[in-house]
Amino acid sequence: MRDAFTRALMREAASDPKLTLVTGDLGFGVLKPFWETYPDQFINAGIAEQAMTGLAAGLALTGRKVLTYSIGNFPTLRCLEQIRNDCAYHEANVKIVCVGGGFVYGSLGMSHHATEDMAVLRALPGVTVFTPGDPHEVEAIVPVMLRTPGTCYLRLGRGGEPCLHPAPLTGWQMPKALTLREGNDVALLSAGGILTQTVSAANLLAEQGVSAEVVSFPCIKPIDAEKIAQLASRFRHIVTVEEQNIVGGFGSAVSEVLAEMGTGCKLHRIGMPDVYSSIVGTQQYLRSEYQMDDKAICARTLAWLGGQ
Amino acid sequence: MPAFASYEEKTHAAFGGAPINVRDPRVLAWLIRRHGLEMTHLSRGSHIGAIFSVAEIVATLYTGVLHVDPADPAMPDRDRLVYSKGHAGAAVYAALAENGFFPVEELSTHYGNGSRLSGHVSHKGIPGVEFSTGSLGHGLAVAAGMAMGAKLDKAAWRTYAVLGDGECDEGSVWEAALQAHQFKLDNLIAVVDHNHMQSLDFCENTLALEPFADKWRDFGWNVMVVDGHDTDALRAAFDQAKANLGTEKPTVIIAETTKGKGVSFMENNILWHYRTPQGEEYEAALKELEAQRP
Repeated sequence: MRDAFTRALMREAASDPKLTLVTGDLGFGVLKPFWETYPDQFINAGIAEQAMTGLAAGLALTGRKVLTYSIGNFPTLRCLEQIRNDCAYHEANVKIVCVGGGFVYGSLGMSHHATEDMAVLRALPGVTVFTPGDPHEVEAIVPVMLRTPGTCYLRLGRGGEPCLHPAPLTGWQMPKALTLREGNDVALLSAGGILTQTVSAANLLAEQGVSAEVVSFPCIKPIDAEKIAQLASRFRHIVTVEEQNIVGGFGSAVSEVLAEMGTGCKLHRIGMPDVYSSIVGTQQYLRSEYQMDDKAICARTLAWLGGQ
Repeated sequence: MPAFASYEEKTHAAFGGAPINVRDPRVLAWLIRRHGLEMTHLSRGSHIGAIFSVAEIVATLYTGVLHVDPADPAMPDRDRLVYSKGHAGAAVYAALAENGFFPVEELSTHYGNGSRLSGHVSHKGIPGVEFSTGSLGHGLAVAAGMAMGAKLDKAAWRTYAVLGDGECDEGSVWEAALQAHQFKLDNLIAVVDHNHMQSLDFCENTLALEPFADKWRDFGWNVMVVDGHDTDALRAAFDQAKANLGTEKPTVIIAETTKGKGVSFMENNILWHYRTPQGEEYEAALKELEAQRP
């Protein structure tokens, strides 16, 4: 996803000299093509996320599209008030980019586990939240995001994720949810890089004779409520999957839509069970540990369906 | 106490109907204090001590330093002022109203239900306010971003930031100070209202800032220390700061001020960071201010 982001951003920078990328001293090996090609549109603000975000707001108010870039919780939680007051309240054209959503930096420890960012950013008025599930979604989102007014948040995964959509997504419109696989028994709704596990879980469920529909939500705020309503009318069980705390994030967003529309459909949420992880490991290890890898999604879904 | 037909009439009464020259920084500074007293009195609001310490700084900015136009508040080549010590927002509102950005009468709504004049300075719907603040430590970075934008655009307008000294406890101020130096923002001019007091005590008893000027020098800034209640000295400092363009260093003016300046019993008294002037104290403060009218 990281490289897809840089590719998409460079395409945009080529035609927009007012596009400015500000990093908090991170992005070695990711942003290098950008800073080599567009040195005048690149700023290293240092390890100073609060001032980076304030600087970005000030720059944006001089008519620029400004992206702030860092990893984990640094571009979001570390400078949350600057995002709220300086960016969002001023409708500043600042796009906050996080690499490492969820357990991408699993081995580095709790400080580097980005497991509340979707919830926290979603709670800020005026902030659009993008949660791409694969590199095709990243490439579709970047140009849309850069044409979306005001402050946006883009939650990326890591490098090297597989493309899950069969082809590049042309003409994607915010906040359209994207169906990757049709099914009849249960709908698996996924936001962010955990989409690999959701798709794989659907394959495992098929082996068990369960037909799962898989829908990716590249944008959780605003959220594609129409799609959620359609799914609620077709399925008795909806499962949400996110690599993020269970409180306030994607599952919560879906639950809000379902609760307000009034439905007999049952919602099951998969995510971090409102804890911090003090154990470390690879992303896949921690997904397994916290029951959100493909096998766990499959097993939990079977249990929920069996209990109907 | 005579009855007045309006807020404006009351706050201008000391001039006895004579013309009020708001282009005179001493007159504007006096009006800022007069409004500060009345606004905090009417609203039972706080921060009069900080409004009084920053009065000459704001008055000097709005009498010939800032290139702004009430007839066209959003003109592209205006100077930008980021007023980081937003808690003393009444001073900016007063200066803007007296300069015709919005009616003086609206100052009476400060803090009130449904008012757009929030206790901490807000830009929403207020002509002339560039940026909303209130949480300390935000303004310098934003001002640096604006100054950088002007540099990239090769635009001649300047960016000013007004900070409090207590605000300099915030690490984000020093992050921004590093950035402004690194990016050679010699079109950025910061002013610190150095009234030596913060919320609970003197700065030196809280997180000691001295040697304050040396800190800014060590961060690579041009530094001037001036009497922050002397409008001539402030004007000269701003002129010098503008002339620092080309030094590749941002400039900070450390304005030595007194918290509560202008009312004897408020000066250097931490109580008046919070206390609202009412009853005899309001009357006594008004009497002292009236005696100082330029």
